[in-house]
Amino acid sequence: MDTLLVLIPALPFLAFITIVLVTNHDKRLSASLTIGATALSWLLGWYFAFRALLHPEHYAEHPMAWTVPWFPGGHTVFVTGFQVDLLTAAMLFMVPFLCLLIFIYSLGYMEGDPRFSRFFAYLALFATGMLGFILADNMLLAFIFWELMGVCSYLLIGFWSFRKPGETHIDHAQVERARRASLKAFITTRVGDTVMLAGMVLLYAMTGSLRWSEVLAPHTLERLAEQMTQMPVFGDVRWATLLAILVFWGAIGKSAQFPLHVWLPDAMEGPTPVSALIHAATMVSAGVYLIIRTFPLFHVVAHGHNGAMWFVAFIGTFTALFAATIGVAQFDIKRVLAYSTISQLGYMFAALGIGAYVAAAFHLLMHAFFKALLFLGSGSVIHAMHHGHHVAHEHAHGEEDLGGLEFNPNDMRFMGGLMKKMPITAWTFIAGGLSLAAFPIITAGFWSKDEILAEAWHNGHMWVFWTLAVAAFLTAFYTGRQIFMTFFGEPRTEAARHAHESPKTMTYPLIILAVFAIAGGWVGIPETFPGLGPLVKGWFQSVMEIQAEALHIHMEPVPFNPVPALISMTMALGGLLVAWLIYGTRPLGFEDPLERPLNGLWQVLYHKYWIDEIYQGTIIAFAKWFAVFLYKVDDVWIIDPLVDKVGRFGRWLAFSTRRFVDEQIIDRLVNLTAWVSNVLGEWFRQIQTGQVQNYLLAIALTVTVLLLLTVF
Amino acid sequence: MVPLSWYLAVAAVLFVLGLFGVLSRRNAVAILMGVELMLNAVNINLLAFWRYTQPENVAGLVFAVIVLTVAAAEAAVGLALFIALYRLRESVNVDEIQLLKG
Amino acid sequence: MILKVVFLLVSLFTVGSALMVVTHKNLFSSALFLVASFFGVAALYVLLEAEFLAVAQVLIYVGAIATLIIFAIMLTRGMMSGRTSPRNDQAAWAGLASVVLGLVLLYVVVFRVQWPVVEKPVPPDTIEQLGRALVGRYVVPFEVASVLLLAALVGAVLIAREKEV
Repeated sequence: MDTLLVLIPALPFLAFITIVLVTNHDKRLSASLTIGATALSWLLGWYFAFRALLHPEHYAEHPMAWTVPWFPGGHTVFVTGFQVDLLTAAMLFMVPFLCLLIFIYSLGYMEGDPRFSRFFAYLALFATGMLGFILADNMLLAFIFWELMGVCSYLLIGFWSFRKPGETHIDHAQVERARRASLKAFITTRVGDTVMLAGMVLLYAMTGSLRWSEVLAPHTLERLAEQMTQMPVFGDVRWATLLAILVFWGAIGKSAQFPLHVWLPDAMEGPTPVSALIHAATMVSAGVYLIIRTFPLFHVVAHGHNGAMWFVAFIGTFTALFAATIGVAQFDIKRVLAYSTISQLGYMFAALGIGAYVAAAFHLLMHAFFKALLFLGSGSVIHAMHHGHHVAHEHAHGEEDLGGLEFNPNDMRFMGGLMKKMPITAWTFIAGGLSLAAFPIITAGFWSKDEILAEAWHNGHMWVFWTLAVAAFLTAFYTGRQIFMTFFGEPRTEAARHAHESPKTMTYPLIILAVFAIAGGWVGIPETFPGLGPLVKGWFQSVMEIQAEALHIHMEPVPFNPVPALISMTMALGGLLVAWLIYGTRPLGFEDPLERPLNGLWQVLYHKYWIDEIYQGTIIAFAKWFAVFLYKVDDVWIIDPLVDKVGRFGRWLAFSTRRFVDEQIIDRLVNLTAWVSNVLGEWFRQIQTGQVQNYLLAIALTVTVLLLLTVF
Repeated sequence: MVPLSWYLAVAAVLFVLGLFGVLSRRNAVAILMGVELMLNAVNINLLAFWRYTQPENVAGLVFAVIVLTVAAAEAAVGLALFIALYRLRESVNVDEIQLLKG
Repeated sequence: MILKVVFLLVSLFTVGSALMVVTHKNLFSSALFLVASFFGVAALYVLLEAEFLAVAQVLIYVGAIATLIIFAIMLTRGMMSGRTSPRNDQAAWAGLASVVLGLVLLYVVVFRVQWPVVEKPVPPDTIEQLGRALVGRYVVPFEVASVLLLAALVGAVLIAREKEV
């Protein structure tokens, strides 16, 4: 039965192959293949997930597994395969389900696209990558699927860059932006992946294995934690710390943490389902999943000496706040969400950095649901705006005044009042937004975020707690701002006036996701929470704690503390309230009400701290200069002339060799051999007289001599 | 009675005379005559040994008879060859026949 | 004693004829000396009490082979005259080899080896025994010899005939 695990990633892959090779021309069939394969994967995935989650004690220690020998490596055979333990089960609950919903949503969103089939082929390939990644039982296989996702990300972000401008509604600038964004995403994540690859190679060198079960075995980890290595700048470093940080860099790239976060907002150039799927719900959470998976490696070094944990906590916390501040000053509906994603992923890393294994996993799942919902909702809005713009254009009486701005269906400044036009989208979006803002008690986001804050408070990481609390406030604020700017007030443009609700293939997934975004968190209400706690008894926590125990991570249940809970609620409600005060109480123009009062700070935030420009001016400029320099070294100054000289020397050498060695020595030797043979032949042929009597005489003489020898 | 070694001595002399003829003569027919002399020497030996060692065993006689037969056959074929050769080359001089000269 | 004298005379005659065979310039004379030599050998056979072989020697060698040789000489006669020497270039070497070999042989057969001689008379039925042996114990060599003769006969005809036929 466990062999069926193979099918979970294999089915979408088969769909991909079939679409690319066979059904490319039939859009309907291609989409059906992808959705059908994913649906089967989903059913299988839930079967395995629930089997594991309902018998947690057994499967925490003995994961469902399917293995096969891969290749011989030195003394051992490298075994690969798939496994389902409780962590994988939790992911398996979320990933195929979200994939399926988003694929269905894509049916409506991508309607009429000339490369519809191709899009679904990529989606299927992506599903293969993500499912394979969470199921892989060793790091190498996981890395392969990880990179497969990277490729899909590149292909899907740049999906519209392969299009000729004017083919449909995509203009030239957008094509160019998509092309740049896809390259940026690919190259930026590659930076992290390279470091991670180094970590993986070192890990293999140190432990002789890459299987999770072997690498993360307690005695292996203790050995890694005790052995020291000499580093150039940092001095003595424990192997565990070094390896953990190297692996974490992979997560920094994939999960868009500072300083490698720059690709994610640009990735919003891709079609919105892609943003929802890859850049919010699943792929970026792969980095978090990787760290949760390898958490024992981070955790094994005692607290206080643990540079890796500190590093993770710092990066996570910093990114959480940093991205949240940028989110405040963005106008593109998807970019706001993109920065919120970065920020929320920062939350998860911060949680991991302070040892909140369960809370991180919980937030990962909850975030996936509500962020997918938000992105799909924003896609629905963009779809409607686009459509409205199109309709408005047909009935246009002259150019519309947009405050000197160019129309962009993503721009929230051109929206407003969409609640009446598209109620389903609006209500589901609001549900997701409240969850993101951690609206107390009812939303999933509250329970997961509160858990992180409670852990931080409980374990005494006050700087983490307060930074995250501020970020929570900002999150609530920009979420509220987004909701009010988009759905409330009066329509600010003709496009918004002509918008209408999206088709059912788009709204149904939204409704389903909204249910999860609200109710999903209830499985994780901590047992100690007054009133509600005893009803649920922290089911999710207890399951994940069993998994943690199996990995020899000791989790102390956090007792309920009203102080952080109240602070958390205050921040969420306060953020929403401030947003309502600024954006909800009076009609908005094309200028943000905060733009003038904050002035300089606003510019900083609007330009994203100029991180992109800084990179452009430093690293990329250096890389370009270095490339030119190397080109000069290569072609002009050193290598080419050297190669030339070597070539000339080779020619001279060959010429001299021919003249002095070949012609003078070798040739003469050969001729000498022939001459000797000739002389000998001439000499010996005289014996061959052809006269029988000569031979007879020779015989007679020989016999005579022999006889003489015998006789005397 | 004549000693055996006398016969053997006569046969030896006859044999080397034949050998000398074979080695020194030009004419193929003369060479053939030398060969016949050598064969006669052999026959004398055969009969001498028969007579002086085992006269009751006729093997020596049988061998002599067969040598005689072979000599006849050899002479017939040899002479036929000479005639063919002569017809071809207008010569039976052995030293002029050296097709295999290296 | 008389036998020894007779033997020496016959031997001298035989060897002398043989010497003439290999040394005489005239090929025809050589052939005639060969006949004489054959007769000498036949006489030696008689002295060895092998009368049957002596008769056969005369019949075959003198009657058949010598005749054949003379025929051959006559048929190839064109080459007999006009030549200064019947000997080839290596005659001296041939003589040396023959003389040395002859001396060695003589030394060996006369002085070196002690021959195991038995003094026995020849059985009276020797001819009969010879005939029985030829068709009994030695029938295979006998038959092979006859086949050889037949082959030689056919071969000689085939080789010597005119090619136009």
